[in-house]
Amino acid sequence: MIKSILIFNNHGKPRLIRFYQYFAEDMQQQIIRETFHLVSKRDDNVCNFLEGGSLIGGSDYKLIYRHYATLYFVFCVDSSESELGILDLIQVFVETLDKCFENVCELDLIFHMDKVHYILQEVVMGGMVLETNMNDIVAQVELQNRMEKSEGGLSAAPARAVSAVKNMNLPEMPRNINIGDINIKVPSLSPF
Amino acid sequence: MSPSVPLQEMIRAIRSARTQCEERGVIQRECAAIRAQFRQADNGGRSHNLAKLLYVHMLGYPAHFGQMECVRMIASPRYSEKRVGYLGAMMLLDEKQDASLLITNSIKNDLSHSNQYVQSLALCTLACMGSAEMCRDLAPEIDRLLRASNSYIKKKAALCAVHIVRKVHELGELFAPAARSLLTEKNHGVLHGAVVLIIELCERNPETLERFRKTVPDLVQIMKGLVLSGYSPEHDVAGISDPFLQVRILRLLRILGHNNEGASDAMNDLLAQVATNTDSTKTVGNAVLYETVLTVLDIKSESGLRVLAVNILGRFLLNNDRNIRYIAMTSLQKIVGTDHNAVQRHRGTIVDCLKDQDASVKRRALELSLALVSATNVRSMMKELLIFLSSCPQELKSHAASGIFNAAERYAPSQRWHIDTILHVLTTAGGDVRDETVPNLIQLITNASELHCYTVHKLYRALLLDISTQSLVQVACWCIGEYGDLLLRGECQETEPVQVTEDDVLDALETVLQSHMSSPATRGFALTATMKLSTRITDNVDRIRSVVSIYGSCIDVELQQRAVEYNALFKKYDHMRAAVLERMPVIEKNSPGHTNGESMGEVKENQASKKPTEPKLLPQPANQVCDLLGLLGGSEETLQPSPSTALGLLTNTPSTAGGNLLDLLGDLEPEPLTPAPLVPVYDKDGVALTLSCEKQSDTAMTVTLTASNSTDSDISSFTLQAAVPKSVKLNMNAPSGDSLPARGAAKVTQMVVLNYQNKVNLKMKIRISYSSRGSTFQDTVQIDTFPGL
Repeated sequence: MIKSILIFNNHGKPRLIRFYQYFAEDMQQQIIRETFHLVSKRDDNVCNFLEGGSLIGGSDYKLIYRHYATLYFVFCVDSSESELGILDLIQVFVETLDKCFENVCELDLIFHMDKVHYILQEVVMGGMVLETNMNDIVAQVELQNRMEKSEGGLSAAPARAVSAVKNMNLPEMPRNINIGDINIKVPSLSPF
Repeated sequence: MSPSVPLQEMIRAIRSARTQCEERGVIQRECAAIRAQFRQADNGGRSHNLAKLLYVHMLGYPAHFGQMECVRMIASPRYSEKRVGYLGAMMLLDEKQDASLLITNSIKNDLSHSNQYVQSLALCTLACMGSAEMCRDLAPEIDRLLRASNSYIKKKAALCAVHIVRKVHELGELFAPAARSLLTEKNHGVLHGAVVLIIELCERNPETLERFRKTVPDLVQIMKGLVLSGYSPEHDVAGISDPFLQVRILRLLRILGHNNEGASDAMNDLLAQVATNTDSTKTVGNAVLYETVLTVLDIKSESGLRVLAVNILGRFLLNNDRNIRYIAMTSLQKIVGTDHNAVQRHRGTIVDCLKDQDASVKRRALELSLALVSATNVRSMMKELLIFLSSCPQELKSHAASGIFNAAERYAPSQRWHIDTILHVLTTAGGDVRDETVPNLIQLITNASELHCYTVHKLYRALLLDISTQSLVQVACWCIGEYGDLLLRGECQETEPVQVTEDDVLDALETVLQSHMSSPATRGFALTATMKLSTRITDNVDRIRSVVSIYGSCIDVELQQRAVEYNALFKKYDHMRAAVLERMPVIEKNSPGHTNGESMGEVKENQASKKPTEPKLLPQPANQVCDLLGLLGGSEETLQPSPSTALGLLTNTPSTAGGNLLDLLGDLEPEPLTPAPLVPVYDKDGVALTLSCEKQSDTAMTVTLTASNSTDSDISSFTLQAAVPKSVKLNMNAPSGDSLPARGAAKVTQMVVLNYQNKVNLKMKIRISYSSRGSTFQDTVQIDTFPGL
């Protein structure tokens, strides 16, 4: 079981925190600080597994982490998960974020924290791995986002107006109106 | 009231704050606005507000006022609001909060919603924070969803079922049939969820495990499909078809095949195939291989397969990738108990990993190396471990030190080697060893009598170099005190001799005494050592006398007390000094937790055998004061040969000493501590009678008679009658019963009180009468001597 998923940057500021076991708020912040402390000490060419964090409970738990540019992705797991499998899962998760956000960077995670949570919900559910097929995950996320947009609300109104006009079917205007002697040339209206 | 600012703008505002204080200010303003918005009945920006609150929560600020808003949003008909509401519930609520109960109904409704995404939100939330009651309520719904036609919902329902089973174990039965049918699915996501569910069910309940053993052929079929199938782009990860599913199925096969011949046979071929066909150049391939190896080693596989598995692990060990090496050592650790020889073959590589820079790899290598130490390789392994100890990271030091001590104790090839090793550990990591190391080492040294000279020389040299490691300094002081004469003699076969004068030795001890690095216990050791040297050196006794009298006014009470006592030894009891400060006898190896009581027991035997030689004084090095008292008592004993004194002394050794000094010198009466022994007096025809006595005073005694029956038939009307000479008065109490069931199932006891003037005349005649198998029996027995008198 995955006990928690943490993403923080090189200075320890949290970008995404997800706990699958209840901890009080101050405990959560302490765990983040301790994990950052342990992980930031590591060189870049050592292995990606860490033991010995005492706050996240016990000898059964390991920290499996990956460092991408400015972000650390840390999964705290117990012995029922395969360590190499979790490493691959982190890779899948990051690639999914990349697909959803087009060349994801730290700012995307900062400003769209809720969307990252929704994507994560498609990968890991209740501390267990749910889906590992990237295309499936991306497709589902897309569908859900579309559903949210279609409900709209105030923020979506301008978007809806534009799309409504785009879809408007202007009846075919005659080029030349010939009624007896009157000859009216109608200018062609460009679609907008 | 400021208008609601969308999430991005708030984040921008927070980020532009330049100090922590500014940031707190921005967040407080935002939170106030959010709270005001929540109080309003209905507004369009509700989802934004909650999103903002969740961001603030992530940064560590309190967000509990959003809990009720989450409940309201979940109940909203709009998808966007439900989404944020459920996210908020998962982040802010948990089963301990009351608000979580309020969402049960919403979840129930949403589970039967027409829109699959709403259903999935409800499933996700239930799987994250569902309490036991919620799980019980909603389990039938989940079961229904497991049989739904939508694979998206099915896979989520499967994982939700896992959470339910974890919370409420009995519901496992409910999900077993659905889980079984899910195995026929084609969708990998659903298969994965199903396998996870089956693993959870099998781990909880052994009967379910039995039932699922029948699915082994199906699982093997699925695996074969994955391994042998051609390239399938949707599931492919670096050339392997859905490695995550493969790893899960292998884990399930491991659980099903454990300790079961039939299931293991069915998987042997498949495992061999996976092990040979999987490409191990990428991490995914290694993940599958690793899982295969663990499965092979855990089930009852054939030996060829086991050899293959251990070889794969050996290859992993030599891999350049540190992750793989770490994984290999983790799995070798699991099998070092069962396949010890196979792991021994890789000892060289493992020992090399001790020198790796990576702390995680070092930790694994240390554990494995300690497990691999055996009688044959102990010297070389210990050399490597000692090198490791000098450069190992701080968090591993004490674990390494205690591991080395254990290994040295079990496999030490010679005493000198053992002592050398312990000294080496103390010099490199003395600050991190456990407390019982000091007495253990002292005990070891006293046992190795031919090495005393060598040991004291080594310790003296170590003491000169460094006095900061308390455990080392304590042992060194003790040894110098005991064997100072060997040190001063200067010659020693084992090490090169060094000229040590008495002044040098006393200087060293004084440095320890005066240094502020020394702990109070260490200074106690040093003072006692100085005192002991007064009998072993010839010239500088005055110097010792002055040191001792100085410390008679030391602030530390313990030191002061010792110094005062030693002073007394110099002044009033100078004639005893030599005897008191004699060499200590060899210390018996005691099990940890030995108490005063046990030591009394041992001395008792000496007393019983009536040998007035020096009793086994078991000194407690941890409490030097008692030690001294024991020695004083010993000297007392040499003046007045009565072995019972020692017994009396040891019964009076509590930790406070002052008053006891006087007590001991006056106490000569032994205290009988033997429990009353049971003496058999009669044994005939399967009826046995035993007797035990307890002296109440000089003229009264209680005798307890116990009768038992070892025949195959019951005895009834069992009575005892007693007669004593005229000078003795007899009082018989009521017996406990009068029937003795067969084969000693119960006993009958009878108490008799005797009053007498002198012990000489004490005799008793007992008549036994009983009926057994329809006939009566009678017998008499005479008791002339009573035990314990």
